[in-house]
Amino acid sequence: MRFKIALAQIRPLLGDVARNLTRHLEAIARAAEQDADLIVFPELSLTGYYLEDLVPDVALDLARSEVVTALREASRTHRMDIAFGCVEVSEDFRFFNSAVYVSQGEIVHVHRKIYLPTYGMFDEGRYLASGDVLRAFDTRLGRLGMLICEDMWHPSSAYLLAQDGAHILLCLSAGPGRGVRGDGKLGSVETWEVITRSAAQAYLLYVVYVNRVGFEDGAVFTGGSVIVDPFGRPMARAPLLEEALLVGEVDTAEIRRARTFYPLLRDERLDLVLRELKRIYARRYHLTASDGGF
Amino acid sequence: MRDDTISQPRTEAFESTSRTAFESFNPALAAELLVRFIREEVTKVGFERGVLGLSGGLDSSVVAHLTARALGPENTYAVLMPYRTSDPTSVSDAQLVADQLGIRTILIEITPMVDAYFERFPDADRVRRGNVMARMRMLILYDLSAALRALVIGTSNKTELLVGYGTIYGDMAAAMWPLGDLYKTEVRRLAQYLGVPTRVLEKPPTADLWVGQSDEEELGLSYDTLDALLVGLVDRRLSVEALVEEGYDEALVRRVAEMVRRSQFKRRTPLCPKISSRSIGHDFRYKRDWGS
Repeated sequence: MRFKIALAQIRPLLGDVARNLTRHLEAIARAAEQDADLIVFPELSLTGYYLEDLVPDVALDLARSEVVTALREASRTHRMDIAFGCVEVSEDFRFFNSAVYVSQGEIVHVHRKIYLPTYGMFDEGRYLASGDVLRAFDTRLGRLGMLICEDMWHPSSAYLLAQDGAHILLCLSAGPGRGVRGDGKLGSVETWEVITRSAAQAYLLYVVYVNRVGFEDGAVFTGGSVIVDPFGRPMARAPLLEEALLVGEVDTAEIRRARTFYPLLRDERLDLVLRELKRIYARRYHLTASDGGF
Repeated sequence: MRDDTISQPRTEAFESTSRTAFESFNPALAAELLVRFIREEVTKVGFERGVLGLSGGLDSSVVAHLTARALGPENTYAVLMPYRTSDPTSVSDAQLVADQLGIRTILIEITPMVDAYFERFPDADRVRRGNVMARMRMLILYDLSAALRALVIGTSNKTELLVGYGTIYGDMAAAMWPLGDLYKTEVRRLAQYLGVPTRVLEKPPTADLWVGQSDEEELGLSYDTLDALLVGLVDRRLSVEALVEEGYDEALVRRVAEMVRRSQFKRRTPLCPKISSRSIGHDFRYKRDWGS
């Protein structure tokens, strides 16, 4: 099956959900002109990144939010699946950095960011709750997985989604640039190239990485959104630092081909991984048989 | 003979591992990022213009170049604010840079205002006088900011910000510091890349607050050494002991570390007591770019 994915490399406004929604709808309309089947927005695309105390103000109750309704409607009218980023407030009033996948008018899946960077220039853990579920999910385009930025820096995230059957991994990102290097590259940009390519190659799936652009209080988000094929080859790449709407084609036959050449998933030893993890887990937390085992 | 098989692998991502400020510096990339920074941070809060104090020195010349690129020469205003003891070449060098860029200049002598104030304090030392000059220039820039609807683009660099070699609410007052993450040695490389006139590149750095003033004499060490030490302490997060092991004089390293600590107040907003449930500076946290 072949289909088209639009990468919406936008510049969200900090804390202005209404105007960001308008920009989402504009990008969706433009992607529709190019017959995209799925459009992917960056992390926190409806809110901007450095929210701090704005978190509760911009949080959406996904079941009741009119903003979400507008995007669900757009997915129906344009016959286009949409993955976007927002702050989600749960029934028990925790706030999550979430990626939401809507299709044909319905919410299909919500991924709550697991790894909240709280070091250096990041402070997410102060304001947000950490998700604790990581699942692949079925869509009309096949089985997908979603990760948010820092999640991808933990190789176990993509590993689990691949073992759970994901064929396409969407990574919604707000990756700030840092580390001007002598060769004219930003260290952070190269790191993302390495991470996205190695995940695609190791797990034999498409990686769709969508990073935002624009400045927030001097921090620069670098873009460079990309589709990497299951052989680890970058297919289409958006420019650095500029807004862009990039439409690329994905062919599930390529996944089959990659997995035929490299039957790494066939050979994966889940039993061994689980056994060793149990042993490591027990040792790290000093568990013994009297603790009820693992 | 160089043996590539045992050369150190490039492990650096964005944590700094280079020993000097400029080893891992690229002026073209820095210029692109800083130009975009100025353009976006000025325009998204509803402004089109920038105003800066142009002294004819390295930092302000570089900021003039970056601002002209970011906002266009027609939207860049350079204010020349000499005092009677300023080196006469300061104004002519500033004009040279302005002409090169085609930006507008406004010449305002600060001598009458500064001297009028010190009639009340004729015995004031040169530190007080220097601070008043810096703050008089700030006053003018902020007045013109309102008159021209232009944001004040600051010229402080990372070196002087880290050691506190600047006047708080004086030359440090600005809407943004485009050079605030560049060491002086990097600013010099950026200046070469941007085509700042050789005259400006080659003259010794000075605050030009009194005749013959020199940054490096006042600081007591060269910018090359100071920047290398700051890269060590700040960017590489090395201890004093580790820098001594790299061959630096211990007293010097300690002195620089102490300059950074003692000047922290200049890099922060004023202290505010915490007595209510939500307090500025404590737990009322929003970015400046809130809503834009």
